[in-house]
Amino acid sequence: MELDMNKYLDVFLEESREHIRTLNSRLLQLEKNPQETSGLNEIFRSAHTLKGMSSTMGFIALADLTHHMENLLAELKEGKMQVTSRAIDILFACIDRLQIMIDDIAGGKKPHEDNADLIHALETIRSAQAETAAGTTQHAEAVVLTVDDAPDTRAHGMIYNDYDITILKEALSRGFNVQYLNIGVAPNSMMKAVRVFMVFKALEESGEVIKTNPSAQELDEGKFDDQFELIYICEGDLTKALARINQISEVKLLGNHAVDPSELTVTEPVIKAGPQSSAGAAEVKKNEPDMVAPVRHTVRVDIEKLDLLMNLVGELVMHKGRLEQIGVLYKMEELNNAIEQIDRITSDLQSVVMKVRMVPIEQVFNRFPRMVRDLAKELDKEVDFYMEGKETELDRTVIDEIGDPLLHLLRNAIDHGLELPQQRLSLQKKRQGQLYLRARHEGNHVFIEVEDDGAGINPDKVRERAIESGLLGIREAEQLSDEEIIKLVFESGFSTAEVVTDISGRGVGMDVVKSKIEALSGEIIVNSKPGYGSLFKIKLPLTLAIIQAMMVTVQSETYAIPLTSVDETTMISARDIKVIQGQEFITLRGSILPLLRLNRLVELPETDQTTDEIYVVVVHKGSKQVGLVVDTLIGQQEIVIKSLGKILDGIPGIAGAIIARDGSVCLILDVATLF
Amino acid sequence: MSDPGRCNIVLRGEGMSLSKVPLEKNQSPGETMQVVVFFLAGAEYAVEIKQVEEINRLLNITRVPHAPSYIEGVINLRGNIIPVINLHKKFNLSGQEFDPQTRIIVLKINDLNAAIIVDRVSEVIYLEVDHIVADTQFFSPINAEVIEGMVKREDRLIIVLDLLKLLNKEIN
Repeated sequence: MELDMNKYLDVFLEESREHIRTLNSRLLQLEKNPQETSGLNEIFRSAHTLKGMSSTMGFIALADLTHHMENLLAELKEGKMQVTSRAIDILFACIDRLQIMIDDIAGGKKPHEDNADLIHALETIRSAQAETAAGTTQHAEAVVLTVDDAPDTRAHGMIYNDYDITILKEALSRGFNVQYLNIGVAPNSMMKAVRVFMVFKALEESGEVIKTNPSAQELDEGKFDDQFELIYICEGDLTKALARINQISEVKLLGNHAVDPSELTVTEPVIKAGPQSSAGAAEVKKNEPDMVAPVRHTVRVDIEKLDLLMNLVGELVMHKGRLEQIGVLYKMEELNNAIEQIDRITSDLQSVVMKVRMVPIEQVFNRFPRMVRDLAKELDKEVDFYMEGKETELDRTVIDEIGDPLLHLLRNAIDHGLELPQQRLSLQKKRQGQLYLRARHEGNHVFIEVEDDGAGINPDKVRERAIESGLLGIREAEQLSDEEIIKLVFESGFSTAEVVTDISGRGVGMDVVKSKIEALSGEIIVNSKPGYGSLFKIKLPLTLAIIQAMMVTVQSETYAIPLTSVDETTMISARDIKVIQGQEFITLRGSILPLLRLNRLVELPETDQTTDEIYVVVVHKGSKQVGLVVDTLIGQQEIVIKSLGKILDGIPGIAGAIIARDGSVCLILDVATLF
Repeated sequence: MSDPGRCNIVLRGEGMSLSKVPLEKNQSPGETMQVVVFFLAGAEYAVEIKQVEEINRLLNITRVPHAPSYIEGVINLRGNIIPVINLHKKFNLSGQEFDPQTRIIVLKINDLNAAIIVDRVSEVIYLEVDHIVADTQFFSPINAEVIEGMVKREDRLIIVLDLLKLLNKEIN
C-alpha cells in the first residue's frame, strides 16, 4: 500500500481552515447577538470536528486545546453559562492560536505546543461561572472512543476470485501464516481512512495485506462503516502485528483466525458463524452526529500553467473552426457528427478553463470582520462594518495580492479615521463608526472601495506635514489645491497620525498600498472631506474577469454589452419611432426613450434594409436611459473579459474583447463612453 | 494621439537626427543578426527575428471602431487578443489587397504584443550588423523613425525596421 500521510495532511489542513473560518464568523455573530445561541451548535460542531481530526492526525496539542474549548462551548450551548464578552475574547484567542498551529503544520514546522495559558483561561472562566454544573458535563470527554470488545461475530463477506485463491494456496503451501482479520474502527472517528492507513502500516511491517473487504480503494476513501476485513499473509508470529494494531487509537482488532484452505472456493461468500452479539456500532457512544464536512478535493496549480492551458484551449477552438469549414466543404455526415461532438466538448472545456482562474473576492473579505472587531476593541472604538459585493469574481493573481492593501486601508480607517464613541457623539455622529468595504464590476474593471465616516484627512495637516518632512516647499504647498495635497498621503514615508501607533503608523503606509495596487496595474484614488470621512477607491483591471453580457449583432459584427448596463431588451415597430430635431425617440411605458443606432456608434455604414421589427437594448449611463438599436439579439452569455492591450487602450466605447466560441474576437461595448 | 500629423513631424525630425549618428553598437564587428524578410508595396523590409513571435496566415480580424485607421483590428492568437497594424496604411503606401500570400507577423517586443500585415514573407536570413547603414532618409519610402538602417545585399536593398519604436509610438 503506497499511502502517504501527506495526502491526509492536505485534507486536514483544508478542512481545519474551513472550521476556523466557521468558528470565526459564527463567533462574531454570537458576539453581536449574545442571546442568539443557535449559532453555538455550529461553533460546537466545528470545534468538535477539529478536535477529532487533530487527534486523528496526532496533533495532540491542537486536540487538547480544542477539547478545552469544547468544554466551555458545551456549557454555553447548554445554557449553564452566560455568553460573556470575556468568554468570547478567550475563544477568539484560542481560534487565533489554532490558526497559528495549523499554519505551523502547513509550513512543515512543529506546531506551537504550549497552550497552558489559554487552557488555564478557559478553565478559569468555566469554573468561575459554572461551578454548580461541575462534574455533570462529561459531554465533551468523548475523546476516548470505545469500540465494542465483542469478538468477531459478524458474518464476513470476503469473496475470493481465482487469482486470490491461487495466491492464498501458494502462500499456504509455502508455510506462510495466512490470517483473516476483522478490524473495527470507532464509528465517530474522524478521517477513517487514516486509521486504515495506520492499520496497513502496522501490518506491513511484517507481512502483506493481500485482500480487503471493502476494496482497498473504498477503504482509502473512508467508505466503510465501522469495520473492515482483510487477509494478511505473514511469516511466523502474528502477535506483534496484532499488538501494533491494538495500539492504534480508535482501532480495535475484532477477531482473527487462520484462513482454512477448505474455505477457499470461488465466488461463494464465506460465512463464518459465531456467538451472537450486538453490532459494534450500536455500543459506541455516539454523542454527535457524523459531522465530517464534505471533503473538497483541491489542487494547487501554477497560474502560468493555467494561462497556457487557457491559450491552448483557445487554439483548439480555432482549429475546431477550421474543421467545421472542412465539414461544410465535404458535407460528410459522419464527419459533421464528429465535429459537432468536438464542438460541444471544446466549448465546455473552454468555459471550465476560464472559470478556473476566477475566485470570488469573498476569500479575501472573509478575514476582515474579525480583524475589524479586534482592532476596534483594542482601540476602544465601536465600528459597524459592512461588506458588499463579496461575490465579485476576480482573477486569482489579483485575489492573492489584494488582501494586504485592503487590510491596511481598513486598519487606517479604524485607527486614524474613525473617532472614539464619545467624540463621535459630540460631533452629532452615530456612536458606531460606519465602515464600508465594497466590491463591484464596472466596465472592464473591478472597483473596491473602503469608506469610513470618520474624521477624514485634514489637508492643512497634510500640508504642514509635507513641509515639515521636506516633501514640499512652503510656497509649493500653498499653491497646491486641497485635493492635490490629499494625494500626498500616498507619498513614501508620510504619516499624518499625531500618535504613531503600532497599528498603522509605521511609516510604511499608503505608499506601499499604492505601489502594490499599481503593480496590479490598478489605480487608487482618495476622496476625503474633513469631518465627514474618507473614501479610498481602488480600480483594478480584470484581464480575465467573467461577467454577464448581452450579445447583439449589428450587420455582420457581434458585440457584447455588459449586463450591468442593460436595463431591458424590447422589440418595437419602426412606426413607433418619432423624430424630434433629428433625434429618434420612442415612448416606452409612458416615458420618452432616446434611440441611438448601434451601427452609427461603431462606425458602420447605413444599410437600406429596413424591417418593421426593431430590437432595442435599453441601457443606462448613470441615471440616463438610452435605447440602442441593434439588428439581432443573440442572448445572454457569461463572458471572459480580455484586455485589448496597451496599444488599443482607451478607445472610447470599447471595454475590452472576448473570444467567441468560434475563436473569433468580439468586442465589449463600454456604455459609459460609447455615447 | 490628439494630433498625429504633428507627432509624425516631430518624430521624423528625431529620426533624421538619429540617422546621422552611427548605429549604437554593443555588438562586436562581424556579428550577425537573424531577420525575417518581407515585402510591402514592392519594397523589401526586415525585422529582427528576436522580435518575431510567429508568422501566420491571415486570421479572422475583428474591426475595432474608433481605432486609428491603420489598426486593421484585433485577432485571437491562442487566447491572446493582439492588435493588427496595417503597415500599408501606417506608412501611407499604396493600397493593399489581401491575397493568399498575405501574412501576419506577430511581434513580441518586451511585453508588447502586436501583429503587422505584410504582402509576403520571403525568407529568413543573417545580416552582418556592420553592414546595416543608418543613413536612410534618402532611400526610404516610409517614415524614418521606425527604421534602424538599410542593408545592401547583392542588388537588393533591405530596410531593417525597429518595430519597438513603432509599438512604443502607438502607446503614446
